[in-house]
Amino acid sequence: MNTTPTQPAATTPVTSVPTNPTNPASSADTPAQSAQSAQAATQPALQPAEQPATQPALFRPPQLSWRWFPVFRRNLLVWRKLAVPSLVGNIAEPLITLVAFGYGLGALVGQVQLGGTTMPYILFLASGSICMSAMNAASFEALYSAFSRMHVQRTWDGIMNAPVRLDDVVFAEMLWAAFKSLFTSVVILGVMLALGISHSPMLLLALPLLALVGIVFSSIALIFNALAKGYDFFTYYFSLFLTPTMFLSGVFFPRDQLPAVVREISSWLPLTAAVELIRPLFLGQWPAQALQHLAVLAVYGVAAFWVALALTRKRFRG
Amino acid sequence: MTQPLFEVSHLTKRYGAATVVNDLSFSIAPGECLGVIGPNGAGKTTTIRMCLGLTSPDAGSIRYFPGGAASGGSGNGGPGAALAMPQDALAIKERLGIVSQFDSLDPDFSCAENLLVFGRYFGLKDAVIKERIPRLLEFAALTHKADAKLSELSGGMKRRLSLARALVNDPQLLLLDEPTTGLDPQARHLMWERLQRLVQQGKSILLTTHFMDEAERLCNRLLVLDHGKKMTEGTPRTLIAQNLEPDVVEVYGAGALALLESPLKALAARVEVSGETLFFYTSDAKRLLAALNDYPALRTLHRPANLEDLFLKLTGRQIREAA
Repeated sequence: MNTTPTQPAATTPVTSVPTNPTNPASSADTPAQSAQSAQAATQPALQPAEQPATQPALFRPPQLSWRWFPVFRRNLLVWRKLAVPSLVGNIAEPLITLVAFGYGLGALVGQVQLGGTTMPYILFLASGSICMSAMNAASFEALYSAFSRMHVQRTWDGIMNAPVRLDDVVFAEMLWAAFKSLFTSVVILGVMLALGISHSPMLLLALPLLALVGIVFSSIALIFNALAKGYDFFTYYFSLFLTPTMFLSGVFFPRDQLPAVVREISSWLPLTAAVELIRPLFLGQWPAQALQHLAVLAVYGVAAFWVALALTRKRFRG
Repeated sequence: MTQPLFEVSHLTKRYGAATVVNDLSFSIAPGECLGVIGPNGAGKTTTIRMCLGLTSPDAGSIRYFPGGAASGGSGNGGPGAALAMPQDALAIKERLGIVSQFDSLDPDFSCAENLLVFGRYFGLKDAVIKERIPRLLEFAALTHKADAKLSELSGGMKRRLSLARALVNDPQLLLLDEPTTGLDPQARHLMWERLQRLVQQGKSILLTTHFMDEAERLCNRLLVLDHGKKMTEGTPRTLIAQNLEPDVVEVYGAGALALLESPLKALAARVEVSGETLFFYTSDAKRLLAALNDYPALRTLHRPANLEDLFLKLTGRQIREAA
């Protein structure tokens, strides 16, 4: 992640230039020059030679080190103790939805026409709902659980008493939520295989894609985590962002059903990109416009993590 | 004089129009325990936050470990240059132990796991940490609670575990923000005993506290802070001797306040009123007590001047609204 900074100017500390009211000549010169010369003239008289460090820019690039790993490992250790109940909670709900809608509604709907292909509704729904589960699992972890650790338990404060940067903590939380989401996806995919919904060997390719979906949605969720005053705030995120996303992204019904304008918007949603990439794999086909969809996910992921990090830095700046 | 281990110079922090910390300078010598005392809102917490790199100062510098900066320095200085906060925050925290005002222990872990997980944040190998854990638990008097969940611990046990956790990296300097606030007397005494043991081992400590007995007992030197400024600095005994008369006679009971108008007032260097009680600060308690014999209705208490008197003299008796 230590890639080329896109905002090189932001990393250069801005030194504040003191104006000198006792120097009347300064007003004649260009402000910058005069202030500089005034500073040079008074420098020996000014007391402490050491200037305080200027506040670094919020949007500077992530400063990451391997210290994110012990933070990730901490979450893993907690989870190992609570894995079984948390697994049941994470997986039961999506599977119940799949079975109820897939077989119940599927009996009414029968086959779904998508592009040139016809497929049973259960297959259509399964391939969309695994993306939705990945989204939900990542969002829950990066909102409620991360907020508990950041705000309620002050775990992050404790961690930063050790030589660990906030950037590493946020990065670890993002990867952790993505990991948990991927774990959920793997188990659900396993159940789908057992139910015989699809046996395409191309499903193996779905795993890295689902990991990417986890990264994207945990990054977006961490933005709202950084802004939250309490848990109530997350209700807005779920009902105003995730629920519409779910219905607009072709999880439950083909996007052809949407009005043209809404369909256009939906084309640029991250969950749409995920569904468009993963659904063909269930049918043993290569996704169309794969690069475009991957690019959409990548842009959402990088931009969201960057914003989340900046807002979290702002939150922790006292 | 030896080089200080930690040095703060001309530190200033403003929030809007309010100057919370105002040109504050102090230092800690190796092996010394410095206490920072002051009323609520005096700037103690802001100072600590700046020392930890959590808040950036508007002016001034914070330097750690001069002469011992083996690696990780920001580069503005040759060998032996001090580490500066916040630029060298990580290199500083490698060698620092921090106990913050609020516990940030992991509720999902046992005592031993809390120490293990925290040690990993320093990049220590599991084998190294596991070798240290028994000694740390013993130090915290928590050996019998090694595998206990956090919810089974009392407030005092949690504070001691926080202290043990801060020692996992074997730090040279400890920063303790109100380490005994909210503890019962037994737990406080055990904490004090442990902190004294650390000073005997040669650790240096910066401590903030509200408790004058704690400050007097633990600290080699005290710094009284109010309105973000240093009011005074010195050993507890010297500060009392310099600022106060040796004796205090407290007088209370019906009609005590009338003494303010009596000639008795001349027998004290200073008289303070708090509610219905008068405090006579005097170098001649004998004459004052003899004179008070004429007022049998009043009750008196004669005692030596202490740190609390000094604190109240310097920072006033009024309650701080900001608290």
